[in-house]
Amino acid sequence: MSASIKGKLINTRTLSDFHGGIHPNEMKSLSNLTPITKAAIPPKLILPLQQHIGKASQVIVEVGQHVLKGEKLADADGMISVALHAPTSGVIDNILDHPIAHPSGQTDLCIILTPDGKDEWCELDACEHYEHLSVIKIQSKVREAGVAGMGGAGFPTEVKLHPPHHDKVATLILNAVECEPYITADDRLMRERASEVVQGMEIMAYALQPGECLIGIEDNKPEAITALREAVKDTRIEICVIPTKYPSGGEKQLIKILTDKEVPSGKIPADIGVMCQNVGTAAAIYRAVRFGEPLISRVTTLTGEGIQQRGNVEVLLGTPIDWLLSQYGYQAEKTERLIMGGPMMGFTLNHANTPIVKTTNCILAPSANDLPLPPPAQACIRCGLCAEACPATLLPQQLYWFSRAQEYDKAEHHNLLDCIECGACSYVCPSSIPLVQYYRHAKGEIKQLKQDQQKSDQARERFEARQFRLEREQAEKDAKRKARAEAAAKAQAAKKAAEAAQPADVNQKTDSESPITDPVDTKKASIQAALERSQAKKSVQAIEIEVPDLDALKTAWDKTQSKLEKMHDALDNAKENNPEQVEKLTRAVEKNQMRVNQAKQAWEKASASQSLEAQPSIVPEAEKAPAPDIDALKTTFEKSLAKLEKMQDALNNAQPEQVEKLTRAVDKNKVRVQSAEQALKDAKQSIQDGEL
Amino acid sequence: MALLTLSSPHAKGPQRTSTMMRWVIAMTLPGLFMQTLFFGWGNLHNVLWCTLVAIACEAAVLKLRKRPIGFFLNDYSAVVTAVLLGIALPPFAPWWVSLVATSFAIIFAKHIYGGMGYNPFNPAMVGYALVLVSFPVAMTTNWATPLPLLEQPASLLDTLNIIWGQIPITDALTGATPLDTYKHEIAHSLSDTVLENPIFGAGFSLGWEWVNLAFLAGGLVLLALKVIPWQTPVGLLVGLAIPSLLLGSDADQTAPLVIHLLSGATMLAAFFIATDPVSSCTTTRGRLIYGFGIGLLTYIIRAYGSYPDAIAFSVLLMNFAAPLIDVYTQPRTYGYVDAKRGSKAKEKN
Ligand code: SF4
Ligand code: SF4
Repeated sequence: MSASIKGKLINTRTLSDFHGGIHPNEMKSLSNLTPITKAAIPPKLILPLQQHIGKASQVIVEVGQHVLKGEKLADADGMISVALHAPTSGVIDNILDHPIAHPSGQTDLCIILTPDGKDEWCELDACEHYEHLSVIKIQSKVREAGVAGMGGAGFPTEVKLHPPHHDKVATLILNAVECEPYITADDRLMRERASEVVQGMEIMAYALQPGECLIGIEDNKPEAITALREAVKDTRIEICVIPTKYPSGGEKQLIKILTDKEVPSGKIPADIGVMCQNVGTAAAIYRAVRFGEPLISRVTTLTGEGIQQRGNVEVLLGTPIDWLLSQYGYQAEKTERLIMGGPMMGFTLNHANTPIVKTTNCILAPSANDLPLPPPAQACIRCGLCAEACPATLLPQQLYWFSRAQEYDKAEHHNLLDCIECGACSYVCPSSIPLVQYYRHAKGEIKQLKQDQQKSDQARERFEARQFRLEREQAEKDAKRKARAEAAAKAQAAKKAAEAAQPADVNQKTDSESPITDPVDTKKASIQAALERSQAKKSVQAIEIEVPDLDALKTAWDKTQSKLEKMHDALDNAKENNPEQVEKLTRAVEKNQMRVNQAKQAWEKASASQSLEAQPSIVPEAEKAPAPDIDALKTTFEKSLAKLEKMQDALNNAQPEQVEKLTRAVDKNKVRVQSAEQALKDAKQSIQDGEL
Repeated sequence: MALLTLSSPHAKGPQRTSTMMRWVIAMTLPGLFMQTLFFGWGNLHNVLWCTLVAIACEAAVLKLRKRPIGFFLNDYSAVVTAVLLGIALPPFAPWWVSLVATSFAIIFAKHIYGGMGYNPFNPAMVGYALVLVSFPVAMTTNWATPLPLLEQPASLLDTLNIIWGQIPITDALTGATPLDTYKHEIAHSLSDTVLENPIFGAGFSLGWEWVNLAFLAGGLVLLALKVIPWQTPVGLLVGLAIPSLLLGSDADQTAPLVIHLLSGATMLAAFFIATDPVSSCTTTRGRLIYGFGIGLLTYIIRAYGSYPDAIAFSVLLMNFAAPLIDVYTQPRTYGYVDAKRGSKAKEKN
């Protein structure tokens, strides 16, 4: 770089630096010398419903429907989701699973659109002055336009236009670093459309009201810097030229450079009052607000020696990559790989028939000359070059040993989960060890282990809940027995009926069978409450009811019987899975057996005595009593089932970090549904028995 | 179209392990040249002989372990071990001393532990320590008198004959090393008198100072090329210099700093031996501590021990400590307030 250019790049801001970093060959001039061209409309467009982080969009069109350019095809589903629009006018051909560009090479639901060639816009809602719009209106415009982070991750942009509720945004950063080698999409975009980028940033600033607005850009893009300087005149946006070093464009690294703050481990930038947006995203926001244009195309770098006409193209989302490459002189014989993204963090495609999506910033077709295949890995010599290069200040060599030895707890302790997978360590490793690959694997394993742990926790929780229920039922039984005894005593004293026992209160059945997933205290409290209730009822009933309630006795007997059966099941179960529980359960079963016998006896005695003095008036009452409870139980059951279904849906659409939580919630609810179902069954059973 | 799928990153820097090893070997040459200039053909012969032995042992072990011989020989690590041994052993050490040291280094110190990258101890120093304790006479009496002090230096042929046991060595050709001499003579005389001994040349150690300076120069090149980290040599030299300044300030009691720095194997140790990455610390701060420890131990053994030099033992002792030092010198990761310590979370679950 000449001295004169350097002079122009001087900053007014004191920059900080992050640990490590590397200087790979930039290879930017392969693609940044020519202006952005417009790619043609392909014969078919493949539009994945998930082009962003979060929930997939929900289809709102039908197969066979004709749509105009910019028409919405799919709606955002929930907060962390964005809409999807037709990149050109045409007919919805199909909605099916199609291979998409993803590191795992998977397929996903895609809308297939066959263009009609007219490229006819739908009606757009333009707006001359964004200042006249409310912040909410701007947010919804961005949301409706389907804008998601275009720098790589694809986080829904609208979410980042809400200031964090607890405090203000101190710094809004526009990430114009583009530190990955080969990629020049942002570079060209800034050179050619600097004002769009800057106005996009002003709209963001309008929504966020940040303390300062910074554009971070590497000093290897002097033309873009000049263009931006021109565009930010009369704005409060400050351009910060930073030294070229990979990975300065990493969000955390850039924040460190510009603000000297570090995003605490496990937190996001918003937590320290920083918002980062990408250059492409800023331009998209501008177009969304100013012209009402949804995000239907993007600038993508086509580069590598496997492509003859290298450069940047503005390409419709959904354009199949193989078709796109064929338009620009793809030489399949020169390259074995196709990389989506850059050489450091991009991933290789399994198929070239996958589409361009909102996050596709580069298609790299490297020849063996560009990116030679790595030599075979040698032993780690612990040279520490990787640690010197690591921008997260980790010890990659130690992480490698731990990951290899599957000592995941040690790896975690050495902060494996803070690795940003930038690849700097692998790049410098003289033994060519594919370090990042090991870390990805180890991270996956750790995640899996945690999930397994959670599952076993859940199983334990469920078991404990069950135990609690059994214990509570036991407590209630005891209470009833006591009540029965007292009632009998009183009844005797009153000389009304011989050996009358306390009728079971059907209402209590609901209690005893209701889901028990609350913490210990509530359980104890409810047991207490149940005890008190039954006592209160007992005293009332002892006075009011003068004859033994035959049906109630029968119910009580049936209930104990069914409980006994359940306990037998539990015991069988335990014999298989929980040997240490067997003894306890066996005792419990024996106890219950006794109780069943007692209940049976009580009923037999009562029925014997009643058959002597027929009491027809009591029967209809007894039949009436359980009926409303069945309904109530049924409602409970249906409600919890519906809830469970909803939760399961939520789980299926959940973001990865939500999955664990939701899984737990679903499992909990399952327990609840099961007990509700059981309660219902029991109630029905007892009614039937009662009718017999 | 069949596409190749590979994990990122797809770009690879220029640094290669074998290249680094070759640089290490190349940068010993200035020192080896000075050794030959001042002490005759002995070291050069030893370097070649040790290399031959090392390659043979390495190939044999690899064959036994059913590893690809060419691939592993290509990493040059066996050659580095051999070259360091050839340089460190006394010039007139008999051929079998070198043989024992080298084969033990390769077979036991390296391959028994799993080969390159897995050895906890510096193989060259294990071999050296073994012969030092096993054959103390051969290891202490075969140091060469600097050639400028000899009227009739040993020719190449004489040297070969001596090493291969064809002719007995003459007394004139050998002598105690300056470090040893100073240590023994200062006990009953003053610094000025001791230094009158011609082996100290202009007040340092004749010949040794040039050898050391040459290794220093080679080491600086390695530093500039980032083949070795700076922390280890700096730590070592500081670790040696501090006690020599504090305790050795009186030259009439103990050897002064210049003799410590420019005599014996100091620079070789600092830039070529202690920097063996496999057996040293791997964290930045750890390397400073590791180097410092070697320097300090070297001083202690030189000043109070009975061996002529102390590098081998100091390095081995610090090899022991290296894994522990690593665990307690983890850097502070981005996004954390403090660095972590220890190897595991204190409480699990
Ligand atoms: S750079 Fe490679 S060889 Fe060196 S310590 Fe790291 S992993 Fe080991
Ligand atoms: S990939 Fe991870 S360990 Fe390697 S340099 Fe990047 S952050 Fe550090």
